[in-house]
Amino acid sequence: MISISQNENRKLKILIADDSEMNRAILADMLGDEYEIIEAENGVEAISMLSIMGNELSIILLDIVMPQADGFEVLKAMNQHRWIEDIPVVMISAENAPDTIERAYELGVSDFISRPFDAMIVKRRVVNTILLYAKQRKLVGLVADQIYEKERQNNLMIDILSHIMGFRNGESAQHVHHVRIFTDLLVKDLMRKKADLSLNLSNISKISTASALHDIGKMGIPEEILNKPGKLTAEEFEIMKTHSMIGAQMLRELPVYNSEPLVKTAYEICRWHHERYDGGGYPDGLKGDEIPIAAQIVALADVYDALTSDRSYKKAFSHEQAISMILNGECGIFNPVLLECLKEIDETLQKETENRTLFQTSQREIQNVAEEMLQHRELNASERTLQLLEQERMKNSFYATLTHDIQFECTADPSVMTISAWGAESLGLDEVIMEPLNNPKMQAVLGEKGIETVVQAVSHTTPENPVSKWECQLSCKGEMRWFQIAIMSMWTRDEEPVYTGIIGKAIDIHDSRMKMDTLEKMATHDPLTGLFNHAHAKKKIMERMAENHKGQFALAIIDLDYFKSANDKYGHMFGDQVLIYLSDLIHQSIRSNDIAVRVGGDEFLVFLDYKFELEPIIERIFDSIYGKQYKDFRISISMGVSRSPWHENINYEELFHQADQALYSAKQNGRGKFFFYDNSMDDALSAISNIEGNEQDKATEV
Amino acid sequence: MTLKECYAALGGDYEDVVLRLRSDRMIQKFVFKFLDDPSYGQLCHGIEIRDREEAFRAAHTIKGVCQNLSFTKLYRSSSALCDALRNDWGAEADDLVKQVHEDYELTAGVIRAFQEEMGE
Repeated sequence: MISISQNENRKLKILIADDSEMNRAILADMLGDEYEIIEAENGVEAISMLSIMGNELSIILLDIVMPQADGFEVLKAMNQHRWIEDIPVVMISAENAPDTIERAYELGVSDFISRPFDAMIVKRRVVNTILLYAKQRKLVGLVADQIYEKERQNNLMIDILSHIMGFRNGESAQHVHHVRIFTDLLVKDLMRKKADLSLNLSNISKISTASALHDIGKMGIPEEILNKPGKLTAEEFEIMKTHSMIGAQMLRELPVYNSEPLVKTAYEICRWHHERYDGGGYPDGLKGDEIPIAAQIVALADVYDALTSDRSYKKAFSHEQAISMILNGECGIFNPVLLECLKEIDETLQKETENRTLFQTSQREIQNVAEEMLQHRELNASERTLQLLEQERMKNSFYATLTHDIQFECTADPSVMTISAWGAESLGLDEVIMEPLNNPKMQAVLGEKGIETVVQAVSHTTPENPVSKWECQLSCKGEMRWFQIAIMSMWTRDEEPVYTGIIGKAIDIHDSRMKMDTLEKMATHDPLTGLFNHAHAKKKIMERMAENHKGQFALAIIDLDYFKSANDKYGHMFGDQVLIYLSDLIHQSIRSNDIAVRVGGDEFLVFLDYKFELEPIIERIFDSIYGKQYKDFRISISMGVSRSPWHENINYEELFHQADQALYSAKQNGRGKFFFYDNSMDDALSAISNIEGNEQDKATEV
Repeated sequence: MTLKECYAALGGDYEDVVLRLRSDRMIQKFVFKFLDDPSYGQLCHGIEIRDREEAFRAAHTIKGVCQNLSFTKLYRSSSALCDALRNDWGAEADDLVKQVHEDYELTAGVIRAFQEEMGE
């Protein structure tokens, strides 16, 4: 039984599938006459209503237990025909078993109404579900419309732009269109051949769409050169050649959209569509697959079209001539794989070339728009902008040469680094580096750790905190020099900013840093021996003890025996040599973490920490010094050693004093010995009467 | 007899149904409609020819209708019968059929009396 309770078409349609007429009637009553109610008394009827009415139905109220086909079978059919994606289903049932409910949800049910029906709840659920789906459907529609509109506008704008270019260039206004079509053919063929090139469908449309912009840089070339009927002079040709870089800059400087994949592809094409596979092209002299594939393809399409078109300086070659000239390398060097593609699309290409007139007429309308726009004065603004830009650049690079700063810029995609001329020269790098982090020269300059630092620094920047600064050593043609590096990461102005690259500066701070290092060293070290001076050592030792309260430390004062006689006998120069020799011996006998100090005169100090036994350590130090010979002078030392913890909270002065006491005892007992402090020595006199000392005053010295 | 008294007589829950269906007019309409519902006849037929599936579905429908109308007494017995017939012909089914017969006759009788009184 199928009945339709309302007839007005404007009303939303609700299908109620329930085997009980009573229940359907109650539901229909509850929903009131705002809806058109369609009833089905079993699953088969429900399915047939669905296939007749499809998306006209706004919602289905579906019972589970029904004759012929139950609610689950209706749901299965809805899944099969994908009605479930567009028509919400609300289950009505007294079956509250969890597995029933779960199964229903799995089959795509939006909601449940359980018996007994509550008028309010039924109405609310139905209204909510319908609204939700309606909104979703509307949104899907909106998004689809916008995508379509955006795509349409993209194409329209590019068409207009390419026609403007055509007029200004004096080339056939169709050149851009041909290049675009040839590019499309080449890309598709290449994709068939090389699945590994990470070219997907959206990439294809990007490359061919972006190809339309390959010559926009010619906007920046003076018209006299651009449209000169005869051959260009060498100088003029140099100017002409700048168009690829100008085009790239124009795209880079776009205030918005410059991170759009389409614009990035266009950037690659603009900048590198005059590179040659053998590295002989311009502007960057990229070689082989350093040239982005998009640019390689457009370059080939560009050459083919130039050959097969009439130009002011030449007649068009036939398709066959053009192909054979390209394959013979008469018109540049191309990727062999692309030449393969060219051969493969030969026939299609020929057809396209012959049918050119077809799309000339269809583009009439766009030509008119373009002509009108050309007469518009505002176009001159772009030239002025370029001039200002160029001025800004010159200013920057001039300042950079004055300060010897190295300026650099990196774009994230494509991954290219540009370094100011002076910087590239002094670091021994190229001015343009593709994939800088993987570039061997770059790796040599930064070192493995340096590269890591850069990556870290960049990854820690955010749109809010884009600046990072650090100091590091760079290898300048083999010489390690200190630089201060400052970078700023660049982000798009979108709501969710996208990282687009960095700009930065490296300042050579080597000389000033070295000066600082020397001053610091002078303040902390003994100039003769290079060991720490006493004041600095004291500070260090106190720090060391404060860091580790429970550590076991030892302090040894070493006194060179009979030094005065060496001075007297061989002179002060010799004496200094002995002190240097001794300091070397001390230095060699201790561990890197120990502290060696020249206290003053012929007194030295060693501070060390130990874990187990101290005696063997001291003995080893003593043995490695005692009895050595500097020229005719035999080295003899006396050593006094104190240790912490003697008791807790021992301070430096006490430790030093105790070592001094021990030293005194060693001297008293005939020199050439080491003594450990014990409190029986407390009454002894000091071995060093004046710590910062001058040896003449020492009581024990002969 | 009022609608409320009718409910009391057939063992239903008037308060509950009023809360859900909101209007006496609507409740009365469906109460009268109950008499035309073919489910009871289908149940009897299913029981007679021992068609478990038909009997179950009919019991299930009666249960659902009673639930919606808050006919508590008949709802209980039909619901129990429904469970008894769900997977097989349960031993207690026959007793429950008797109970459903009894409850249905009571319910239908009261409604008919109410209907006559209302002159419909």
